[in-house]
Amino acid sequence: MRRAFLILVPYIWLLVLFLAPFLIVLRISLSDPALAIPPYVPQLDAAEGVWPGIVNLVSQFDLENYAFLTGDDLYWKAYLSSLQIAVVSTFLTLLVGFPIAYGMARAPVEWRATLMMLVILPFWTSFLIRVYAWIGILGTEGYLNQLLLSVGVIDAPLAILNTNIAVYIGIVYTYLPFMVLPIYAALEKMDDSLLEAAEDLGCTRTSAFWLVTVPLSKTGIIAGCFLVFIPALGEFVIPSLLGGSDTLMIGKVLWEEFFSNRDWPVASTVAVILLLILIIPIILFQRNEQKQREMDG
Amino acid sequence: MAQPSQDVFAPWEDATEKPLIRFKNVTKRFGDFTAIDDLTLDIYAKEFFALLGPSGCGKTTLMRMLGGFEKPTTGAIELDGRDIVGVPPNKLAVNMMFQSYALFPHLSVYDNIAFGLKRGTMDKADIPGRVDEMLRLTRLQQFAKRKPHQISGGQRQRVALARSLAKAPKLLLLDEPLGALDKKLRQDTQFELMDIQEKTGTTFVIVTHDQEEAMTVASRVAVMDAGVIVQVATPDAIYETPNSTYVADFIGDVNLIEGYAAIKGNRAEITWAEGQPVITAKTDLKAGTKCTFAIRPEKVAITAEEPPENRANRVQGKVLDIAYLGNISTYHVELPDGKVIKAQTANDRRIARRSFTWEDPVWLSWTDTAGVVLTK
Ligand SMILES: Nc1ncnc2c1ncn2[C@@H]1O[C@H](COP(=O)(O)OP(=O)(O)O)[C@@H](O)[C@H]1O
Ligand SMILES: [Mg+2]
Repeated sequence: MRRAFLILVPYIWLLVLFLAPFLIVLRISLSDPALAIPPYVPQLDAAEGVWPGIVNLVSQFDLENYAFLTGDDLYWKAYLSSLQIAVVSTFLTLLVGFPIAYGMARAPVEWRATLMMLVILPFWTSFLIRVYAWIGILGTEGYLNQLLLSVGVIDAPLAILNTNIAVYIGIVYTYLPFMVLPIYAALEKMDDSLLEAAEDLGCTRTSAFWLVTVPLSKTGIIAGCFLVFIPALGEFVIPSLLGGSDTLMIGKVLWEEFFSNRDWPVASTVAVILLLILIIPIILFQRNEQKQREMDG
Repeated sequence: MAQPSQDVFAPWEDATEKPLIRFKNVTKRFGDFTAIDDLTLDIYAKEFFALLGPSGCGKTTLMRMLGGFEKPTTGAIELDGRDIVGVPPNKLAVNMMFQSYALFPHLSVYDNIAFGLKRGTMDKADIPGRVDEMLRLTRLQQFAKRKPHQISGGQRQRVALARSLAKAPKLLLLDEPLGALDKKLRQDTQFELMDIQEKTGTTFVIVTHDQEEAMTVASRVAVMDAGVIVQVATPDAIYETPNSTYVADFIGDVNLIEGYAAIKGNRAEITWAEGQPVITAKTDLKAGTKCTFAIRPEKVAITAEEPPENRANRVQGKVLDIAYLGNISTYHVELPDGKVIKAQTANDRRIARRSFTWEDPVWLSWTDTAGVVLTK
């Protein structure tokens, strides 16, 4: 009884928080837009009775929106561009995050809790405020340009805000802890004598790093990359606030379909396809976690 | 002193022999803590040299300096006549078997053993042959494909040994290699280690805090205490003629009797308690001094009858306690002044036929060469 309950809990969780909302979105994506509340048809007609009502409803569903999406190259470009931005910024986050995690794992034990705190601390303020702060830093009159101008590195202010560069900076900054923490967890578990053993057997410091440290933090690196890539792909706030008019991301498209065009069915279709794209990395991520557990266990 | 002969391995007695390793006045400090204090030591090729001492006395530090992981604060370390201070570990023909084994968890047993070979000068084509040889030597053939977490502790220890031997180092350092094994497996492995050391002709330096282990495997033992070496000698010399009460007490069981030695020719007459006969013992001492007389329990004979008059030392007491250990028994005998002396006998008879039991009056006796007079 207790066992059944324990097994059931995660499934109920999944059902309520993932499957039910997904089915609602899927159902809207199969409908047509309408000037109504809610703004799509068909609706379930209670007068017909439950079962005939559902049959009637389903019979009116079609894949028109999916056909529309494949027809208009705006959507394809948005998906590809999002994919590109997500891949590049995941890579950049790894470049920044790995040394931080490495430094933390090498720091004296009594420092580690403090360093960890510093990494997590930004989460205590609103994400929106932090992204807005970057506008103040990156703008033409922003702190960064003022600093560079006063030092004399540049003669004219750099145009960083409202470009893809600003989006990369925003994503790297926002998702850095998701990269640092799993890598740190992997590195911290590593026994220092492994590096000494590698050196003892003829490695230089550098080759010991590539042959021992990197492979042993692989699962942490993979986990970190997925934790950054998955949310970055659908990111909406950062490209809207920091990106330019030519920054094309699917999250922004989704927002516009929902709120500017009030075309819920097309917006839902965009969301469903986004989810289908994400299912692959999510499954890979789960595999990676599973493998890690087996190694530990 | 015995002359070095052809068939006894004793390079340390041969003045013309060049040591493989030389520590010259080596001191190592961590901050203001002195871990190794002005240590001088020679170790010869093909030796199985054991560093023995309590935890924290500096054994690992000494070893890590040999491996190139630590630099001495002052002093010089030579390997094969070359100063190795400051040479990084990857440039030394020395390999180390780590206390924690330090096996690479992401590599198979085979790849762990091949790791060092791939970083060396060995021809790529020769590597599999060498790895197979090591697998055979350590009887690990059927585990070659397993990862370290898929094999037992004893097998892991053998992988670590195979990995550190694969590059055929001049010198192999073993830091408490058998610490994690249970007693039976440990004894088997000790003999295996000796066997492998003989087969490969490698010089082994082994760290241990288990005196039995040191005595079993080593050609010579260095007993350490707080950063200094107290005595370096063969296991039997350490056992039979310790140079200090520290060594006598550290190795095996011993009776220590404090007293004052008066010298009569080549003998000491030790006064040690009111109303007790003096203890006579052969000694090299030249002048009277305060001393400690050390005698092993198995050198003390215990009898119910009075021992013959010509026995150099005879005392009477009563049995206080008997520790039955199967093959031997240790009797704790209380002398009239309250001093307790341990005597050990082999149990070559059934226990029921033992000639004395608790509270029985007994005689203890020993010859004048059975114990040693120590002044340190
Ligand atoms: N890196 C270090 N920093 C400070 N003290 C150390 C360091 N390494 C060892 N010590 C100290 O040196 C002493 C000897 O240590 P060690 O050689 O590991 O002893 P053993 O191996 O004989 O148990 C210990 O008191 C230890 O605390
Ligand atoms: Mg140690």
